[in-house]
Amino acid sequence: MNSIEPRLEMTGISKRFDQTLALDNVNLSVSAGEVLALMGENGAGKSTLMKVLSGVFPPDNGTILLDKKKYCPTSPLEARKRGIAMIYQELSLAPHLSIEDNISLGDEPTSWGLVRRQTMRKTAKDALKLMGHFEIDPRRRVDTLSVGMQQIVEIARAMAFGCKVLVFDEPTSSLSQEDVKRLFTLIRHLRSSAHSIIYISHFIEEVKEIADRFTVLRDGKSVASGNIRDVSKEQIATLMVGRDISELYPHSTHTSSDVLLELDGLNGIEKPKNANFTLRRGEVVGIAGLVGSGRTEFARTIFGLDPIASGNIRVGTLKGTATPQSRWRQGVGMVSENRKSEGLAISLTVADNITLPNLTKYGRFGFVSPKAMNQASSEWIRRLEIKTRTPVQQVIDLSGGNQQKVAIARLLESDVDLLLLDEPTRGIDVASKAMIYDIIDKLVLKNKAILFISSYLPELFGVCDRIAVMCRGRLGQACPVSELSEHDVMLAATGASI
Amino acid sequence: MYPFPKMIEWLKKMFGKFGLIFALLFIFALFAVIAPESFSSRRSIETMTRQMAITGVAALGMTLIIILGGIDLSIGSVVALTTVIIAIVLRGFTGDGHSAEMYDIQVGSGAVVIALIFGGGAAAIVGFLNGVLITRLRVVPFIVTLGMLLIVRGVAKGLAHEQKVDAPTSLLNSLLAPNDGFMSHGVIVMLVLAILVSILLTYPRLGRQIYAIGSNELTARLCGVMVERTKLIVYTLASFSVGIAGTLQFSRLTVGDPTVAGGLELDVIAAVVIGGGSLSGGEGSVLGTMVGVAIITVIRTGCSHMGLPNWVQEIITGCIIVSAVAIDRIRHRRAA
Repeated sequence: MNSIEPRLEMTGISKRFDQTLALDNVNLSVSAGEVLALMGENGAGKSTLMKVLSGVFPPDNGTILLDKKKYCPTSPLEARKRGIAMIYQELSLAPHLSIEDNISLGDEPTSWGLVRRQTMRKTAKDALKLMGHFEIDPRRRVDTLSVGMQQIVEIARAMAFGCKVLVFDEPTSSLSQEDVKRLFTLIRHLRSSAHSIIYISHFIEEVKEIADRFTVLRDGKSVASGNIRDVSKEQIATLMVGRDISELYPHSTHTSSDVLLELDGLNGIEKPKNANFTLRRGEVVGIAGLVGSGRTEFARTIFGLDPIASGNIRVGTLKGTATPQSRWRQGVGMVSENRKSEGLAISLTVADNITLPNLTKYGRFGFVSPKAMNQASSEWIRRLEIKTRTPVQQVIDLSGGNQQKVAIARLLESDVDLLLLDEPTRGIDVASKAMIYDIIDKLVLKNKAILFISSYLPELFGVCDRIAVMCRGRLGQACPVSELSEHDVMLAATGASI
Repeated sequence: MYPFPKMIEWLKKMFGKFGLIFALLFIFALFAVIAPESFSSRRSIETMTRQMAITGVAALGMTLIIILGGIDLSIGSVVALTTVIIAIVLRGFTGDGHSAEMYDIQVGSGAVVIALIFGGGAAAIVGFLNGVLITRLRVVPFIVTLGMLLIVRGVAKGLAHEQKVDAPTSLLNSLLAPNDGFMSHGVIVMLVLAILVSILLTYPRLGRQIYAIGSNELTARLCGVMVERTKLIVYTLASFSVGIAGTLQFSRLTVGDPTVAGGLELDVIAAVVIGGGSLSGGEGSVLGTMVGVAIITVIRTGCSHMGLPNWVQEIITGCIIVSAVAIDRIRHRRAA
């Protein structure tokens, strides 16, 4: 399976952005007919490395050889012409156009300025055939296809360009189980026809199934490479995190007291369905489940962002319908899963973002004093080690981890008793994660209550006292962590049990 | 390399902050050199400030709306409606005068106050309706206010029977008259309003919330900002300020004219955008807007002093709008 000569070889690649060394002397190679898994946590440098490969920006140092020839692309188009195609997480198809239009987009065959539709159709058909998908009609509009099929069109586009190296960036994150199977069949098919595949993922299971070799990046360095068969899942995980995972999580004993949040037969418009749930002061309860299972809607309904169809929510002794503004007054705060589109106003300053829910604190008679806002924010910048020059710096200038700290500082500044955290550690670096776990732990010791939604099971097990699993809008019983295994939770999340 | 690195740094910072004012001064200086001497006379400058007043006052309201992430296309029509309503109300105080002798009749300040209440009230109601339609029906502001542009213009024409409405003489007529003493009253109105709006955007909660909604409406909602209510308030306030602009317009015309101020909204949007406002919301300032209005006025006046035809002025103004925004974008990109 491993041919001797690598088709693509990247050596000593470095890239610096201002203060941070995003890539530090990274090596990577992939041969023809091989699937290389590129692994690493978010922020490890995977995307940066692939952007160098696809010509988005040049490396500061290092060389890339493609078929033993020097390769330094200046644009994604040039990369594609040289035979390197990227299949991104977010698909880049024009939804209103047909499959054949999309496949030839930007390189339409023409004669006398008119598009040669027959040639286009043939190109599309050939590409689809090459992938073993004879059944797809190239005249269909892309928006009538499922996400999985759209991805196949995207790959077909790369094939039509005659690409030899395909880079898949987290390709399964939005796919159904069935689509994942189809994708894997396709990748094996491509491998057998001597294509080189770089497969970026942090799902270790998946990688074990599909890849031949692996390279792990951590903090911008390539820390390990080898045959996937020679390492266990645990070893890969340790390589990715760089320390024993258990060290990340604080291990203080929590003592829960009176009930702070009680849900009684709560129904949202679609999700959640008939949720019964209690959360006490002094405990962290985790909500596990697949993307789309209704975890986010669950938190949003509690917070008053999504409407309640029926059922009751009681916060402390307060009952009745709620809006986000009344929730903040009741001492409830929420961190959104979408940091950039909902969680933060990124064009505003750090101080604006931290103080927005409770502006009455910073002045009288409807006025606010910028000085008071900045003072309050400076305190959190110091305590959470938020890397920003001043409180009046725009949030957009901060890194992901620091942005998330701002989102959490907002809840701390409002001194809420109940924190609804929806994927609070998504896409941030390990140090910031550890900081967030630590904040959560300290809050619980101060008798606050925390609802913690996450897709990452080790994190849930590391942080929570109890875990409830959500599947297709239904919330299961919250069980103590000591009585659960990751396996149980995974089964419940995929609807295999309950 | 540079003899005074700190000073260069300081200059750069100042230029980033006050670049627009430099641009205004530069354009003014340019015309002062190439246009006839009459351009930079005291009298001419005084005239320019008076010409700024109507656009300036309307632009203050638009600044709020644009920071909020919205737009209001109905303001030209609202100005026309305000002039018509003021004229009709003032007429009501003359008994049944014939229009031929309308100018000779003088009405007192009581009549003026009532006319202003009706005029400003009508403008505020239009803004309130805009706000209600935008927040309740969830139709985008562009469409709602485009519809309102036609509706209000139609109402104004209907009320005025499609002709000018003569009004009796009142103290309103002197609002924008040349004033040899200090400043014309209309200009003072504009400056006071500018200061008020500027304070509104900086200190009260409402101001912070306007910026927050414009920057990211979802975040504002998440943080418990009453997004709908704030929008309603802003559209109403802004349209009220357009009512004040309408009053100034009436003062200049001394009659109610249902066809006046067609296309004023474009001038006003241009001024806000030149002043650093972003049509996607979250950005904009009163100072920027006022300088934007001034730039447009200086170009108009300069061109007419040079005897350049109207079409040249239009081309130049168009170029200024696009280049001002382009420069702003480039600066943003560099900062990021």
